[in-house]
Amino acid sequence: MENAYLILILVTTFGFFMAWGIGANDVANAMGTSVGSRALTIKQAVIVAGIFEFTGAYLAGGEVTSTIRKGIVDPHLLGNSPDLLIYGMLAALLAAGIWLLIASRLGWPVSTTHSIVGAIIGFAAVGIGMDAVKWGKVVDIVLSWVITPMLAGTLSFLIFRSIQKLILNTDRPFNNAQRYSPIYTFLAGFVIALVTLFKGLKHIGLQTSTGENYFIALLVGVMIMLLGYYFVRRIKIDKEADRDFHFANVEKVFGVLMVITASAMAFAHGSNDVANAVGPVAAVVGVVQSGGAVIQESVMPPWVLILGGVGIILGLATYGHRVIATIGSRITELTPSRGFAANLAAASTVVLASGFGLPISTTQTLVGAVLGVGFARGIAALNVNVIRSIFLSWVVTLPAGAVLAIVFFFMFKGIGFVSIS
Amino acid sequence: MGNYFSGIFGPSPISPLQAHMAKVQSCIEELIPFFEAVIKGDFDSATASHQAISTLEKEADKLKKELRIRLPSGLFLPFSRSDLLNVLTMQDSIANKAKDISGTVVSRQIKLPDPIDSSFVQFVSRSVDASAQAQTAINELDELVETGFRGGEVKLVEKMLTELDRIESDTDHIEAEIRLALFQIEKDLNPVEVIFLYRIIDNTGELADLAQRVGSRLQLMLAR
Repeated sequence: MENAYLILILVTTFGFFMAWGIGANDVANAMGTSVGSRALTIKQAVIVAGIFEFTGAYLAGGEVTSTIRKGIVDPHLLGNSPDLLIYGMLAALLAAGIWLLIASRLGWPVSTTHSIVGAIIGFAAVGIGMDAVKWGKVVDIVLSWVITPMLAGTLSFLIFRSIQKLILNTDRPFNNAQRYSPIYTFLAGFVIALVTLFKGLKHIGLQTSTGENYFIALLVGVMIMLLGYYFVRRIKIDKEADRDFHFANVEKVFGVLMVITASAMAFAHGSNDVANAVGPVAAVVGVVQSGGAVIQESVMPPWVLILGGVGIILGLATYGHRVIATIGSRITELTPSRGFAANLAAASTVVLASGFGLPISTTQTLVGAVLGVGFARGIAALNVNVIRSIFLSWVVTLPAGAVLAIVFFFMFKGIGFVSIS
Repeated sequence: MGNYFSGIFGPSPISPLQAHMAKVQSCIEELIPFFEAVIKGDFDSATASHQAISTLEKEADKLKKELRIRLPSGLFLPFSRSDLLNVLTMQDSIANKAKDISGTVVSRQIKLPDPIDSSFVQFVSRSVDASAQAQTAINELDELVETGFRGGEVKLVEKMLTELDRIESDTDHIEAEIRLALFQIEKDLNPVEVIFLYRIIDNTGELADLAQRVGSRLQLMLAR
């Protein structure tokens, strides 16, 4: 295969850039609240987010990556022309990256997921043929974009209601916050560990049975519970702080819980969004490695996920910390108790979707979760117009990504730097 | 790259509403030194107090307008937007009423006749208590949002509003006594002056009514 190195360099560069963008921009949604409420400093937030984004991407990012890689386009139809897949995936990455740049310059709310999925559908449907797209899977994905925010909203509504019942609306909210917080931290650890284990960790050499999965998840849950309990116990009640706002001390307890769920959210985000960057990379690497054959069964090399994880961390370190600081100062309305409920609901939903290999928008899921708290009358003011535009943005993003990808696809095809001998 | 997630949080109307009520409260509190000066016959101090009331009323007005502008209809609030605006209007009318009262007294150089002057300060200060109680309830709004308008916090606010009702009925009793005292001496006074005295008594009595109405609008905000 000619130009194999050029192709690899191109695709990893594009993919790495996408990962950088995800790290620079989207991670802030999960961590901003922790910084805003002073539960974490910016430096701590960057470190925590970096660790959990990376582990999420590496441990749990495989399923969604393979959906992007081979779930939308049917590789069987490309058996004789793997070059088209290479052009297409390169075009999709470039299209999504450029569309994200334009949109964020103009302040439009767009999702990396919608951009990349739109781009892949675009090049496949127009560049190769309508039959090349697995429309059944596409319908699943689009449905998941509607369902996941609703699911996250329902979950966060219920979580917030339970907080009200067990903690906030009781006579001794501070004591009850300390008493009941282990349940929540256990749940956060358990759910996320369980979903990750069921997805499989073969790529790091861990093969477990169903029973073992439950056992390990239980263990992880208990460990996180103890960790949380240790920090929660250390909080001493400060009477002075409660004079102005009677729940100041309770919110401090939730500050600890929020850091835990924000970490969970970072993990979930890594697991779902890394695929937007490295899914196309994995597809191209697969073709190049097999010397030009589009082999569906080829194993995805783990370094692709590492590449994505490192890209996200780099984005976070070079630019993301500034976005975290800005967001942290702007969303003070999302106090720790609300941030906790929203993050726990969104993280569970996203990890679940990642388990099914569904590339969803983590931001829309988080917005859905915040709305859930709003419906429980827990947030002073939400901007309906902005929320609507976030949810409607994918209607524009899909065709925009598609059109750009089609343009780049034919451009690459015209240059024709891939030749299979 | 820009981030749009923070955009979903609208400006909270609660602390501006509380700031407005605080302004209204400091406006109405000024009525106490005002009437003390009037009773002493110290019209310079009374005029100065009236100036202060008038300035505070203007400031409250400004805060009211700012909050209205901050509250576009595209906001999703934990209470109805019109209930909140009603509370705001009621709060503002307390300051307006205070300015009316001091304005009438100053412009007509009204003197309070002997038997009613001592109970009048009590009347005014109880009315100020009523609006202070309304303010206490309004200041619980942060906590109400924190608890999602449920449970013990709602009961606490309802208790505050019951106390507000009690203070308001106190002012009614004092008002009745003052009216009776004035009725007994009114034939010895200048009739025009008597008309204005009754008007001042009416207006002062309305202060507590308005405070009570702030409370009842707040109650509407709680129940959705």
